[in-house]
Amino acid sequence: MSLQFSETSEQRIEETLKRYPTKQAALLPVFWIAQEQFGWISQETIELIARRLDLSPAHIYGVATFYTMLLKKPAGKYHLQVCRTLPCALMGCDSLIGYLKERLGIEEGETTDDKKFTLTTVECLASCGTGPAMMVNEKYYENLTCERAEEILKELK
Amino acid sequence: MMDLVLTKNFTTPNAYQVEVYEKTGGYQSLRKAFGMKPTEVIEEVKKSGLRGRGGAGFPAGMKWGFVPQNTGKPIYLCINADESEPGTFKDRAILEKDPHRLIEGSILCSYAIGCHTAYLYIRGEFDLPRRRLEEAIQEAYQKGYLGKNILGAGYNLDLYLHRGAGAYICGEETALLESLEGKRGYPRIKPPFPAVQGLFGCPTVINNVETLSALPYIIERGAEAYKKIGTEKSPGTKLFSVCGPVKKPGVYEVPLGLPLRTLLREQAGGLQDGKVLKAVVPGGSSVPVLTAQEVEQVNLDYESLQAAGSLLGSGGFIVIDEGYCMVRALTNLAHFYSHESCGQCSPCREGTGWSYQILKRMEAGRGEERDIDLLLDIGRKMSGATICVLADALAMPIASYIAKFRHEFEYHVREKKCLFP
Repeated sequence: MSLQFSETSEQRIEETLKRYPTKQAALLPVFWIAQEQFGWISQETIELIARRLDLSPAHIYGVATFYTMLLKKPAGKYHLQVCRTLPCALMGCDSLIGYLKERLGIEEGETTDDKKFTLTTVECLASCGTGPAMMVNEKYYENLTCERAEEILKELK
Repeated sequence: MMDLVLTKNFTTPNAYQVEVYEKTGGYQSLRKAFGMKPTEVIEEVKKSGLRGRGGAGFPAGMKWGFVPQNTGKPIYLCINADESEPGTFKDRAILEKDPHRLIEGSILCSYAIGCHTAYLYIRGEFDLPRRRLEEAIQEAYQKGYLGKNILGAGYNLDLYLHRGAGAYICGEETALLESLEGKRGYPRIKPPFPAVQGLFGCPTVINNVETLSALPYIIERGAEAYKKIGTEKSPGTKLFSVCGPVKKPGVYEVPLGLPLRTLLREQAGGLQDGKVLKAVVPGGSSVPVLTAQEVEQVNLDYESLQAAGSLLGSGGFIVIDEGYCMVRALTNLAHFYSHESCGQCSPCREGTGWSYQILKRMEAGRGEERDIDLLLDIGRKMSGATICVLADALAMPIASYIAKFRHEFEYHVREKKCLFP
């Protein structure tokens, strides 16, 4: 059976469509609904959205690959996204990234074998005054040190 | 004591809740505005001299005045909350601490331009601000500040939150429109300008969070009160976000025209102990850098910074101390801009990536003598040669970092290592 939106997702899509004069404008919100339900944007998800919004899969694929927050492969349970831009670099994000790589035994963009952690470096999180910063799933952690990062890893069950 | 236009509620507990916001005088400006004609609201904003706070500094009232009222098409307002410029975190403070001020300002702008549907485009990463806004919008509907027949004035407005998905370029106003329409965030060629042909081909105003948040004060207190703050050509207050090795990094509201050194020393508390100032990027990462000596002479207004060869931009201050390498700093920025280039224009797509590769090589001790001039040449060829200013946003740092700190680049090339181990 091909991929389906859940009843809740379908209701949210219906509500979303009312906000825009075109179906296409609902694409980013529908991506978020899909990512919440399926965890990432697979080829099957792209085809499902294409059917739902009457758009071509090629267009949807093109849009999905443009935006970094739309995941093109599954992430671990906790997606650690560490800011690497200048303000965080000035405050020592390089050692934080180095620490996390060593601690988790993975490189940037990789997921631990137990599928618990994915480590990514990202561009500016707008936490420049409280850097170094990272986002874990959707939550921000700021003013980080390697010690604080270790505590956070232990808190994430 | 200067009136706080934008941050007066920042220290009020729970100011993000509608009841608390109302107790501080929130939403009072709407009653006054609804007693005025929309054109009178535009005139008041024009008189205030308010300039767009997203980076370009275009007069807000004038921008609204460009919207044609007789096309028969809907008019849209897009609220730009896609703050992503390195060093800039001022809008986030408003979104988290005082979202109703932004909603109130958005209603005022919408009424003035004849808009009945507004979209708030928020960057995808902003989780707490998004949740605060979702709640605030819902509260505003419940209280009758949004929806049909607002405050019995016969005016209707719907405000929808639209979440971005991680692309710096979507803060550029036409890329924001493309993104909102469900496409890749590719900037559009102008003209036509969005005021005439914007979202869904309709007249559209795009304003930054900070710009709109200044409106309740301007309407409530009047343009004259606003103009009393700041300088003649740069009236009002501005939010500055300060980061880097200073004692008190944060977001500060100051009158335009304040000496930069005052912001740095008094508000941000000066540099951390043991650190010596080397440079300041005054307006978000894309503007030309200032040396420590230049910092002493510059005031925080559009004209003064321009005269000093830089820009006020978004008001995002990045402070760099003597212990940090400027080659390293520029390499970091080149990575940012090459990563964030939408790829539509060749000079930007190729130029940002090429610059990054050269700088990375230089940073790793494999730079060649011709690289410095090559970087300058690439920057010159990117500048002004593309649809939007993302290419310039790297070309300006390249030119200014090399002009002002050339010895550090030469040291890297000559000694095959960094001055700052």
